[in-house]
Amino acid sequence: MTETSMDIQPQRSQWLDVWDQFKTHRGAVIGMLFFITVCLLVLLGPHLWPIDPHTIDIRAKNQGPTLAHPMGTDQLGRDTFAQVLAGGQVSLAVGVVAMLISLFLGSLIGVLAGYFRRIDGLLMRLTDLFLALPLLPLLLVIIMLFRDTLRASFGPNAGIFILIVFVIGITSWMQTARIVRGDVLALKEQEFVLAARSIGTPPHRMILRHVLPNVLSPIMVSATLGIANAIITESALSFLGLGFPSDFPTWGRLLFDSTNFMTLNPERVIWPGLAISLTVLSVNYMGDGLRDALDPRIRGR
Amino acid sequence: MLNFTIRRLLFTIPTLLFISFVIFFILDAAPSDPTGNLPLTIPPDVREKIRESLGLDQPMIIRYLLWCKQFFVNEPLNLLAQWGINIGDPDRLRVISFQTRSPVVDLIAQRMPQTLWVVGMSYVVGVLIALPIGIISAVKQYSWFDQMGTFISMIGFSVPTFFTGVLMIVIFSVWLGWFPSIYDTTLVVDSWRTLGLQIRQMAMPVFVLALFNAAQISRFMRASMLDNLNQDYVRTARAKGLRERTVLLVHVLRNSLIPVITVIALGVPQVFGGAIITEQVFKVNGLGQLLIIAIQGGDIPTVQTLTFIFAVLIVLFNLIADILYGILDPRIRYD
Amino acid sequence: MKLKSLLLGAAASLALASAAQAGRGDSGHLNIIYWQAASIMNPYLSGGTKDVDASSMVLEPLAHYDENGNMVPVLAADIPTVNNGGVSKDLTSITWKLKPGLKWSDGSAVTAKDVVFTANYCMDETGGCQQLAKFADVTKVEALDDLTVKITFGKPKPFPYGPFVGSTTPVIQARQFADCKGIKAPTCTEANFNPIGTGPFKVDEFRANDTITLSANQNFRDPDKPAFATVTFKGGGDAASAARSVLETGEFDYAWNLQIAPEILAQMEAKGKGKILAGFGPLVERLMVNLTDPNPKWGDERSTVKHPHPFLSDKAVRKALSMAIDRTTLVEVGYGKAGRVTCNVLPSPAIYNSTANDSCKVQDIAGANKLLDQAGWKRGPDGVRQKNGVRLSILYQTSTNAVRQDFQALIKDWWRQIGVETELKNIDAAVFFGGDQSSPDTFQKFFADIEMYANNFDGTDPEAYMGSWKCSEIPSPENAWLGANMPRYCNPAYDKLVAEMAGTADINKRAELAKAMNDMLMQDYVIIPLVWRGNVAARANTLAGVRLNVWDSDLWNIADWSREK
Repeated sequence: MTETSMDIQPQRSQWLDVWDQFKTHRGAVIGMLFFITVCLLVLLGPHLWPIDPHTIDIRAKNQGPTLAHPMGTDQLGRDTFAQVLAGGQVSLAVGVVAMLISLFLGSLIGVLAGYFRRIDGLLMRLTDLFLALPLLPLLLVIIMLFRDTLRASFGPNAGIFILIVFVIGITSWMQTARIVRGDVLALKEQEFVLAARSIGTPPHRMILRHVLPNVLSPIMVSATLGIANAIITESALSFLGLGFPSDFPTWGRLLFDSTNFMTLNPERVIWPGLAISLTVLSVNYMGDGLRDALDPRIRGR
Repeated sequence: MLNFTIRRLLFTIPTLLFISFVIFFILDAAPSDPTGNLPLTIPPDVREKIRESLGLDQPMIIRYLLWCKQFFVNEPLNLLAQWGINIGDPDRLRVISFQTRSPVVDLIAQRMPQTLWVVGMSYVVGVLIALPIGIISAVKQYSWFDQMGTFISMIGFSVPTFFTGVLMIVIFSVWLGWFPSIYDTTLVVDSWRTLGLQIRQMAMPVFVLALFNAAQISRFMRASMLDNLNQDYVRTARAKGLRERTVLLVHVLRNSLIPVITVIALGVPQVFGGAIITEQVFKVNGLGQLLIIAIQGGDIPTVQTLTFIFAVLIVLFNLIADILYGILDPRIRYD
Repeated sequence: MKLKSLLLGAAASLALASAAQAGRGDSGHLNIIYWQAASIMNPYLSGGTKDVDASSMVLEPLAHYDENGNMVPVLAADIPTVNNGGVSKDLTSITWKLKPGLKWSDGSAVTAKDVVFTANYCMDETGGCQQLAKFADVTKVEALDDLTVKITFGKPKPFPYGPFVGSTTPVIQARQFADCKGIKAPTCTEANFNPIGTGPFKVDEFRANDTITLSANQNFRDPDKPAFATVTFKGGGDAASAARSVLETGEFDYAWNLQIAPEILAQMEAKGKGKILAGFGPLVERLMVNLTDPNPKWGDERSTVKHPHPFLSDKAVRKALSMAIDRTTLVEVGYGKAGRVTCNVLPSPAIYNSTANDSCKVQDIAGANKLLDQAGWKRGPDGVRQKNGVRLSILYQTSTNAVRQDFQALIKDWWRQIGVETELKNIDAAVFFGGDQSSPDTFQKFFADIEMYANNFDGTDPEAYMGSWKCSEIPSPENAWLGANMPRYCNPAYDKLVAEMAGTADINKRAELAKAMNDMLMQDYVIIPLVWRGNVAARANTLAGVRLNVWDSDLWNIADWSREK
């Protein structure tokens, strides 16, 4: 470790360092490449693929894979490939944004509660409250209160998007908060933190420099699980009438709709399920790489 | 620690009262209605009368206080009466469900066995699988075992149970005919044969749920182990000449358990909450199914009572987790 | 005495005669699955179909409807009519005679007092009886003797068969429910879960919202029936898994209400373990057209008659919307064998079915386009028609349900072809049909341009159903949105027909009037019928005697069910 730190020029930024380390992690690089490919596909795909996901062709319903429909068609003859591409836009956007909101809330509350003993009780009782709230009725109340307002001010699609990521974010941060807090409680009593505090490091720098980097691994796991959770929850929401309109495909929705057609048309089920799983897997590997890269003990090994 | 526990326990009472009020408020504000599922052939004015007979014409605060009285006073008194201790008028009103017109607490007691059998068992199985997988994956990071574990747990977590459940039924009930697709809640286990039946009907839902739980817990276990494996104290321990087994299972594991304990403590109340989707898919009809039917039917007393019991468990298990932190890492202090 | 011994003798000989074929309990065990679990065994406290059906195994009315919609006596000796003197000439009273010698499952005798008690039980204002509408206009119910009940109405009733006909209004035992009237109704858990009945089965164990275990009623009036000794009535899950358990795994014998994609159902049936049954009642999936403006800018006057709809008040637009729909495809996609094309909101019973509107059976996109052109709706640059700055842009709402969402997608596509833009919205069924005052998403408030759902009526008489579209039935804030006239249709000529029907007893004349009302609604295009929906059920190949009945409980003749050897 000492060798590497001598090689590095002093002005070299910490983030370049992290990037260098990240690059050596094979899984992370593959994961990132895959994730970027998926993003590009769902962003550009609908423009390149000639079939619109809404086109109904009732004569071509429930088809297996053919040249015209490489992933087959659904019960109304809509092209599954076009739907998976279009659905990916929504699912990825909702998954990533909702996950970020939930991680931000969870880490913030977890760190604050773990680090400042005075607000620990209050914040943790708040967490208990959120854990205890009945989700479905809560969602129905939120729809009733905010859907029309948001629709009016941001337009139908943007309004619903904001509502969905907000709803998923606000109802899924609690686990992260509890885990981060638990780790911070233990971390706070370790020698290096005591040492840093004894030389008068102010709390915000303590948290950013010493505490946060050391609780990164559970946060990364939460991120991976959070994306999967958000993608699935989004589809559940659309059944309550909270999500996007029913003709707006998303991965979770495609998976749900095709479940009953499993025996009739097995190809149709595999694709959305695979898309979700592989995306989550790639995020997981990126998370692994990032965690390793940010860990000064591993860096340079 | 004892001091802390007592203080926290006392503090839970106002917390829970507050939570119960918030829950009631949300349920009342939610736009579902107890007459919503009735056939459209029942005319609107009759629906109005039905609502009145359920007491829904009363203000929200009155109904909340009534529930408090029924739940916090009448139900415990009733329980005492069952044990032969009679206090006050035996004709007191218990918490009555809108849908079934029967005491909610009795419904919950009736559903406890199947929920504990299936959801509880799946949680135990999930934890028992997850811990070794997490530990081995961390110790042998990036080995083929770790890569396989990662892959399977990602699939286990990202493919929802509504899908895996139906897939299991199609394969094991329809094609192979090994397991029943419908859970029999009336089965009484009193012989080897009935035990066999019980295990067969539990197999699929337990597997589906255990996969989901194990996927999540093993990820936290692995991440936390990895964090600790690189700590200085591990190197010290190894340098002292301790056996690798001892280093891993005593020192590293103990210090890695904090996030895992948190996750498990968060998961246990959910066991009692049942698994709504899995119970629905396999027709287990446990607490999760009771809750979802009550929510759909606008059955406020049932939803309120169930949710409140979950709240109690959540608060309780989070307290247990906090106490366990202190035992695992004596440096953690709350005072 | 003489009569009794005669009856006993007859019963004994009957028992001997059929003992060779099958006796009570010979068929063993029956497994029934309802994917919505029964909550209670008392249909007066829960009118849900699942609860009514479950209780129909135990409780019986005076008369049932059979699978053709004809009344057949159950506890009554015969069906009272004006001709046999059972219904008074002025149509204000009906007198039922009970079969002699009937017994409750506890062995006590069934008397007219039980019938009177049942009526009073339901008519108690504080009890929240869900079948109250069945007792509309009833002023007095009295027992003339042990076996005779007279029901008096406050006004002439051309169709006096509301109370005690069909499984929604069975007779309950006065003794068991004596302390359960009015506000005490909900506290009688034991009676509500284990009612003493006259039906072929009695409850052994009732697990609310889960499983009911029943066994043959040893005091059932036919000594050879029921053929099954025990029944398990399982609830929970979803329609697809219920169908699977009968048709694919063979775990269950009968599954109810299987609204699943037809191709999946057909694939399951191909396994050869069971049969799909379909029966057609008056259930019609329809579009309701909002004749008033749902624009939020009107605030509290949104979707009220104060503001007519900007473009749906134009009949040409409504007609074009209907013409653009290919009902044959809808049937094929959504219902298969369980659906039929219809152009009426009242397709059944057969005497009420009009043929005046059959042109809708064929889709006519070109015709719809031409109609809109003629009416002055010109296509704008985005392909959406407009006139005087009003765009044909529709918000189309319905409840969440896989078939309904498919219908929405198809109809949206057809409407696009005639230059109408559609935004889809689906709402959780519990909210949509919930009628909660604070929710903007209920079907009564109708804050959308078009909404889709299915509706029907109980029994075979459409009078009350056709009365739904009177002016006075329009939901509005003044009547707390209570009302069944979703399109907000108000036509004095229609109201006149409704009033005329209420005073007409002759069945053929009534049919004429109902048809005229149906045609008026259809030709004004305020209700656009889509599919005449059947009830779908599945039975195992080994189950004999099932006669799927859309006019009454699915299990109305469960006493006749048996196991085929």
